[in-house]
Formats: sequence, structure tokens, C-alpha cells
Amino acid sequence: MPGQKSMTLGEMGLAVIAALSAVLWIIITAHAWTPEYAFHAGLFAIASVASVFLIVNRYQARPAQLPPQEINGKPNYNFEPVKFSTIAAMFWGIAGFLVGLIIALQLAYPELNLGLPWTSFGRLRPLHTSAVIFAFGGNVLLACSFYVVQRTCHARLAGDLAPWFVVLGYNFFIVIAGTGYLLGITQGKEYAEPEWYSDLWLTIVWVTYFIVFLATVIKRKEPHIYVANWFFLAFILTIAVLHLGNNTTIPVSIFSSKSYIVWSGVQDAMIQWWYGHNAVGFFLTAGFLAIMYYFIPKRAERPVYSYRLSIIHFWALIFMYIWAGPHHLHYTALPDWAQTLGMTFSIMLWMPSWGGMINGLMTLSGAWDKLRTDPVLRMLVVSVAFYGMSTFEGPLMSVKAVNSLSHYTDWTVGHVHSGALGWVGYVSFGAIYCLVPWLWNKPKLYSLKLVNWHFWISTLGIVCYISAMWVAGIMQGLMWRAYTALGFLEYSFLETVEALHPFYIIRAFGGGLFLAGALIMVWNLYKTIVTPAEEIEAGVNPALVPAE
Amino acid sequence: MSVTSHEHEVDAATGTATTGHEWDGIRELNTPLPKWWLYIFYATIVWALGYWVVYPAIPLASSFTKGVINYSSRAEVTAEVAQLTSARAPMVAQLAKASFDEIQKDTKLLTFARAQGKAAFGDNCAPCHGAGGGGSKAFPNLADDDWLWGTGTLDDIQTTLTHGIRSTDPQTRQGNMPAFGDGVLKPAEISAVADYVRSLSVLDVDKTADLKLGQKVFAENCAACHGEDARGNHDLGSPNLTDQIWLYGSDKATIVEGITKGRGGMMPNWGERLDAGTIKALAVYVRTLGGAR
Repeated sequence: MPGQKSMTLGEMGLAVIAALSAVLWIIITAHAWTPEYAFHAGLFAIASVASVFLIVNRYQARPAQLPPQEINGKPNYNFEPVKFSTIAAMFWGIAGFLVGLIIALQLAYPELNLGLPWTSFGRLRPLHTSAVIFAFGGNVLLACSFYVVQRTCHARLAGDLAPWFVVLGYNFFIVIAGTGYLLGITQGKEYAEPEWYSDLWLTIVWVTYFIVFLATVIKRKEPHIYVANWFFLAFILTIAVLHLGNNTTIPVSIFSSKSYIVWSGVQDAMIQWWYGHNAVGFFLTAGFLAIMYYFIPKRAERPVYSYRLSIIHFWALIFMYIWAGPHHLHYTALPDWAQTLGMTFSIMLWMPSWGGMINGLMTLSGAWDKLRTDPVLRMLVVSVAFYGMSTFEGPLMSVKAVNSLSHYTDWTVGHVHSGALGWVGYVSFGAIYCLVPWLWNKPKLYSLKLVNWHFWISTLGIVCYISAMWVAGIMQGLMWRAYTALGFLEYSFLETVEALHPFYIIRAFGGGLFLAGALIMVWNLYKTIVTPAEEIEAGVNPALVPAE
Repeated sequence: MSVTSHEHEVDAATGTATTGHEWDGIRELNTPLPKWWLYIFYATIVWALGYWVVYPAIPLASSFTKGVINYSSRAEVTAEVAQLTSARAPMVAQLAKASFDEIQKDTKLLTFARAQGKAAFGDNCAPCHGAGGGGSKAFPNLADDDWLWGTGTLDDIQTTLTHGIRSTDPQTRQGNMPAFGDGVLKPAEISAVADYVRSLSVLDVDKTADLKLGQKVFAENCAACHGEDARGNHDLGSPNLTDQIWLYGSDKATIVEGITKGRGGMMPNWGERLDAGTIKALAVYVRTLGGAR
């Protein structure tokens, strides 16, 4: 039936739902109890109206036939949403690193809080963590999962509007979350600060993400499911469960941003850290291991080291991680038996984590020489080394005796950042350096030399950051527990804070270097996208100096 | 099981067979699990199982397994606190009984009181008065010999610590700098008296300043608390205005602000939060920072 153009059920349905949503949110905007919530409701209303227009315009502009699944027997991959998320990842990444640098400086120089509510540490800190984890990391995961699942399933991404709904809807959630922090809207749960309406919206987006991913896996042309896709599935499914469990709240009113969590007391703390630790385990570990499992063998052009290891460490990791949360609550009101389980499962998690490291590093067997010539591969491999270091340090810190020294100190902050900057940051940078030339049909990156600069500047930054935090944290822990011969605390809290000052400056310096490296990356990616393929191939780019 | 054509393909670089699968050009080697990896993994599991036997670990219907050594982190911290308390106990008891005179005569007791006071000061007083008691705007310097309330004797300091200043304690030290801007004085009068007060501390005043008017306003409104000679009153906490020590600042704008809106800084009644021995120790420690007049 060529020539017969009509709206698909999806287009029709989504347009109607968006229109109804617009009406609902306009009503909420009009009756909202606070201006902050009215602002958010207004954003929802605007986004709903914009969605109707986008869907209708897209329908009018598109040919009668939806894009074919295959062209000449080859899959007709859908890379447009991947491109969007790749650019969004870099945008949010720079924003998140910058806010991180600002709050690092605020810790060293409190006057930088400026005395304004929306520039105070308390609001900027969740802005930083959410921007780097969920905005930067989340978009990297969206981009890589949608790319990898298509390539390794040999199939076009499932759905027509659905992938767009996922990437745009997710980024809208980021905008709501981020502006909410600045305006002071929070439910006060670490890494889960957004209020009930943002949580509901994310649930809708995330379930769609799961369906799109799973549907693509189901229609795969390959007989087996590649290991990266196991990890992506585990990540998407578990995050859905964690999100729902930890955000079970009862809103005060549909016209209020405020809600009350159904959990209370130590149960709330336990649920919170079950969520918090597995956000690390499944968002920042499983998801990024999936990225590693595709991009390292691809870039090194070598087979994955061990299929058997990938199976064993995958299931061990999935099973063990979910138990480890209580190690965040050692020596608290949490019952001893739960603390024991949290600690012992963290120890048992050590080798399953290292399974991923071994598989990543040993995939380089027979291609180690490439580390000298390819800074992108070097970044990927160093990320795995940081992953190995963090996943040793984590179990170590979960041991109660060690934790009694390390807990509540900057050692924790250092540990998180060796994982975040070294592992998540570098594996993401490596993957994006691979993706951009592939997505924009360029033979290679604009400049490997700039990648090299990025690598060394950032590495120096990470080393400054984590060593400053090790020293600061251990010093802080020792000062807190120091007693005089007469049985009194040797140092007041104030004195321990004063002692941290030089290390806070070093940390901010390290963070500044990391940001500088990322800016070099953005420039390099921008030039890769805008420079014609022939020019890049010919290598006409002049010798460059960094940060000009 | 079907055997695909590349089932037995061997990777040249490692000499290891692949699994025969391929995704987007990626293959997998069939390398066995590294032995060291597997054994360490087993070892951590065995260790965990052992730990579960020794320590509380398994939740039951209404209780949990206590472990063979009957460990409890609550009991552990209770024991540690008890140990510390008992180590301090003899000296704490002596301090509780001793008068300030006795404390000052007994070197050992004095050393103990200062040590306890220093620790208590760091946790309770330093946030406002500074780590060394140097004070800041609105929070008096405790390291000089200028006292707002009382004359810096140990008893005076103890009273201030116990009952606080403008606190909720019925015996609190009380005394307010009223807001003279609330219809009592005109702006010109406030300006004049501010200049006059500055002149008392030998600070420069504007040539156009009406010191005559200032003096008159002072005598009629301020002298009742601050004294005819402006040297303050230690019972009312009204500061000496001639000693060049300023709680809020010596610039004219700050003084005008104080006269216009009034002042009334608050210090908590620590008697509600700290035991009598700690307050005694704090008094001794604070006394060593400043000194009596």
C-alpha cells in the first residue's frame, strides 16, 4: 500500500497522551502551592506541548513508510538517538565536572558559597553528584547501550518513537532534577534527591528504556546474546527495582512537590544504602562493564580473554552486589547481623569484580604494543586498572576495623573518585572517543595527540585528587580517635577541619586538571564532527598545542 | 549440540581456542578461569562462612544468630566508654568535690581540669569563640582580660557558663541594649552619640560632629547602664566604651546600627547540656586563656 500515509498507533497514542499531560500540568501549574513547584509543573506543561508539536511535525516530514529494518540485507541501524545522548553526555559531563570543581573550592574557601541559597554547598553538591552520575554517566550508558545492542544483535533498535522518548525523556528528567536542587526541592535521600513527580517520570522513561532494549535483544539476528548485553540488561532491570524501592513515597498533594517516604528510621537507612550501594554496583559498575566488554575488544581488535570468566564473574557480581549495602551503615543502629552480611558479601565481591578487570586487561594479550600508539585504548585500559584498584579498596574499606577509621572521612570521597574519575570517567571517555568517528562517519578522530594530552592531564588530576583525599581522610580519622593520656579527645573537630585545608586545595587542583582534560576532549570531538572526512583522513590538522 | 564451522578455531596470538561465537567482529577465547582468581574467590567464601559462625549473621523470625563469641557492637562500645569513664573516674570525683581554690593549689588536679576543659571547649565553645577563644564579631574574645559579665573570676565564669546569657534559664544573665531607633532617639541624635562614643575611645570623628549633643544624649540615655564615665557595668553586661575593645566593631556605621536596632547576643545555658564537673573544668580552662582583672 505505497503512498498510503497514516499515523502509527505509537505516534497517535503518544501525541494524545502528551496533549492530556499538557492539560494536567497546566492545571497543576495554576494551583501549585509553591513557586518552585509551579516552575517545574510549567516545564512539564511546556515539554508536553512541545512533544505534541514534535510528533506531528515529525509525522508530516517523514515518508509514508517507516524506516526499514534492513537495507540490502544489512541492518538499518538507528544511530540518531545515540548521537543525541553522546552530545548530551559531554554537555552534562562538563557541567558536572565544573560544579564539582566549584564545590571543591567551596570546601577550601567557604566564602565561595556567596551566601545565596542556590549557590550554597548543600544545593550544589547533589547537583554535582547527579550531573556526573546520572546526567553524564546516564547519557553515556544510553548512547553506548543503544549502539552496542544494535551492533551485537545485528538488528535495528526496536521502536520508532520509543528510543527518542527514552533519550529526550531521560534528559528532561535531568533538567527537572538539576533545577530542583538549585531551587531547594529535595526528598533528602542521597543520590535519590528528586521528588515524587520526577521519580514517577523517570519510572515511565526507564520502563520504556527496558522495553526498547529487551525488544532489540529479542529480535536479534545473532544466535547468542553478547556479554555486554547481559550487563546492560542487569543494569537496566536492577536500577528500575532500586529506584522503585527507594522512592516509595506518598505525596502531600498533587499540587505540592513535597512527599513523605514510607520507610522510616533504620529501615529507611537500610533501603537507602541498599539503593545507594547498588546504584554504584549496577549503574556505575555493571553498566560500564558492559561498555568495557564492547569497546576494549573492538578497539584492541582482540578476542575477549575468557568467555568462562565472563559468565562466572557476571553471575557472582549480580548475586553478591545486592547484599553489600549495609557496609555503609557500620557501627550504627543497623543490627549487627546486617552489618556482618554487608561486610562479608563485600569481601566475597572482590574476586567477582576483579573478574571483569582480568577480562578487560587480558583481552590486550597479543596487542599490548597498541598502548604505546593508541591513547584511546590506553584510556580504556587505565580505566580497568582504576576499576581493579577501587574494587580492592572497596572491600578493604567495608571491613569493620578499617571502616571505623575510614567512615565519614575524606577517604570515602577519595575512594569514590578513584572509581568515578578513573574507572567511569575514563571508560566513558574511551568509549566516546571510539563512538564519535563511528557515528559521524569519520575515518578517525581529529587528533590523537589531543587525546594524549587529555589522558596525561586528567591522569595527573586524578592522582592529585585521590592521594590528597587518602592523606586527608586517614589523617582526619586518626585525629578524631586520638586521646590524650588523661583520657580526653586530643583534637577538637575544628582543628581537624583546619588540618584538611591544604589537601582540599590539592583536591580542587586535581579536579581542575580533570575538567581541563575534558574540555580538550570536547574540542577534539567538535573538530572531529565538523571536519570533513577527507581532511581528517589526510591528516591536515596542524600540530596542536593543548588548551589554546 | 550443533557444531559450527569455527568451533575449533584457535587464536594465533594466545594459542587458545575461541568459543566459535562472533558479534560485530568480537570473538571470545575459551580461556579457563585463572586458578589464583578461583582460589582467592573460594577463600573469601570460606572466610565469610566462618565469619557467620563467629559473629551475628543470620536473621531469624524474631531474633538472629548471635555467633559463637556472642559479639555485639553495642556491648563493645559500652565497654569502651566504661573503660574510659573508669580511667577518668578518680580525677573526675576529685574535681567534683574540689573548690576552685583547691583546684588551683593542686597541680595534678589543675592539669586535669585544663585538659578536660580544653576538650570541652573545642567541641562546645570554639564554634563561636574560635579555637583559641579569640572570638569574632558578636562573640567576645575570651583570651583577653576584658570581661563583659563579672570580673573574670572562676565563679563568674562558672555562673555565665551554667546559666548562659539572655538564655532560657531563669537565672540567666540578663541585660539588653535597647533599640533607640524605635522612636526614642532621632537619627541626628544617634549619629551624634555615636560620634561621642567614638571620641571616648580616642577615635577620629568628623569635624562637623556635634559632640556636645552627643554628650547630652549619652548622659540622658546611655549612662544609666554604661556609667557616667562610660566604663560599663559588669552586672548588666554593658561594655566599657573607653577601652578600644569592640564586640561588634568600632566603625561609625556599626555603632549607629547597634544604637538604632539594639544588641543582645545570646549564649546558651550550658548547665542544661554539660555536667557540673565539665563546666568547672571549662571555667578553669577559659580562665587560663584570659585572666582576672
